[in-house]
Amino acid sequence: MTAASAAVAAAYKSDWVRIVSGLIRLTRDWSLAEDAAAEAFGKALEHWGSAGVPANPAGWLSTTARHLAIDHLRRRVNERSKLAEIALIAESTPADQDDPLRLIFTCCHPALDLASQVALTLRTVCGLSVADIARAFLVPTTTMEKRLVRARQKIAHAGIPYRVPAPEALGDRLNGVLTVVYLTFNQGYEAGSDRHIADTAVALAGQLAEMMPTQSEVRGLFALLLIQHSRRDARFDAGGRLLTIEEQDRTRWRTADIVAAGRHLRAAVERGPYVLQALIANCHAAAPHADDTDWARIVLLYNELAELRPSPVVELNRAVAIGMCDGPTAGLAALKTMEPSLPGSRYLVAARADMLERAGRRKEALAHYERLHEMTENPAERVQIHHRITYLRADVALPD
Amino acid sequence: MEYLLFITTDSEPDRAGAEAHNVDAWVEEGARRGIRVRGDVLQSREDATTVRVRGGEVLLTDGPFAETKEWIVGYDILECEDLDQAIDYVSRHPMAHSGRIEIRPVMTFDE
Repeated sequence: MTAASAAVAAAYKSDWVRIVSGLIRLTRDWSLAEDAAAEAFGKALEHWGSAGVPANPAGWLSTTARHLAIDHLRRRVNERSKLAEIALIAESTPADQDDPLRLIFTCCHPALDLASQVALTLRTVCGLSVADIARAFLVPTTTMEKRLVRARQKIAHAGIPYRVPAPEALGDRLNGVLTVVYLTFNQGYEAGSDRHIADTAVALAGQLAEMMPTQSEVRGLFALLLIQHSRRDARFDAGGRLLTIEEQDRTRWRTADIVAAGRHLRAAVERGPYVLQALIANCHAAAPHADDTDWARIVLLYNELAELRPSPVVELNRAVAIGMCDGPTAGLAALKTMEPSLPGSRYLVAARADMLERAGRRKEALAHYERLHEMTENPAERVQIHHRITYLRADVALPD
Repeated sequence: MEYLLFITTDSEPDRAGAEAHNVDAWVEEGARRGIRVRGDVLQSREDATTVRVRGGEVLLTDGPFAETKEWIVGYDILECEDLDQAIDYVSRHPMAHSGRIEIRPVMTFDE
């Protein structure tokens, strides 16, 4: 990689959202803003290659992008009032530091459906290509392009404002943004594991934590994603089989990410749902071996989470933690009370299967794993379950 | 920005009920803030007449434009700064609780 292309790549990471969000504020034209920003980065690659990297790359890019946007606008209109408007844009003050936040909150406006919020955020805030986003969400590129066009039209036609929400609305709106980030990470983390998408989600969470340092839940989500992401090199064995946390080689967990997560958790003053989930993840991250896991602390954290945000999923995870802390009989008893609230749930079947195996009830465990195999579609997960079935079949065949 | 509200019914109203919300108070708020231009309750959809002209013939239907599970019972025209202001105001309308309300932006012709 040349010095120029390295500088452009670095600038893309640090400045794309600032430049695009500033242009959107000035022109209110999302496509124009994205095109002008992209063109500016393209020009940077050319010019910095021959003339060298400028002393202030961010400033060079901002100015170039703005000039490109104004040129496009001038070519489009010839009415005097419009030209006056363009002159105003040309003279206006440089980018406002709130612009990236304005953009993120607008992309995640609840008047847009969730799929649109995700698409718009990944394209406009994160600068991913439409093709990459389409691939990650398993739709054709034309579908994703239409989704983006429709979303931008809705913003313009319906009068969705370009602003950071007022303090009284901020809590709910921020939850919406965090949901989009979390969804994006999960999309990259599950399925076929799209590293680029997962990396993008983690980077975005980090940017949010930087822009909103007093919001504990933002730090909580960033910490949670960092810890989950820290296991990226340990999740699969050499044969491509998905490994449980218990099975993973912990020396392959990325310590730097775990340490960074710890810092953010210490700075998080309020114990909201994301902070609590991150603290639970941290219990795993802090244990050098699976046997060292502080399950008692995990149970207490799930108690706190269940109080704050009761849900069948939380109850299920708490039951699993109780099983690990107090033994499989206690865990199975906790699971039994849950059956009515999670009918037909794969996760409930998986939890029972695992606990039955730990309790030594191998035939019952095998039956549950076989049922789980039928219920599971994800290929990596099916391999993992098949592995347990094979093991148990051999084990069950042996005399007691 | 101008918005047209379609006030419609909904088969699943809020369980808490709309008693706490008063349409007169809502109308008064709109007048005071200068964000509600006008609005009316409509007669029942059974009193509607739908017109189509096809092949030179004027065809009339006794009833609304479509038979639907939910139907329009009223309209309002709002003049708001942006969608957020409209949503906030609409959320206090009793029919947002016992029915549903569509906020349709009115097209402007400098697009």
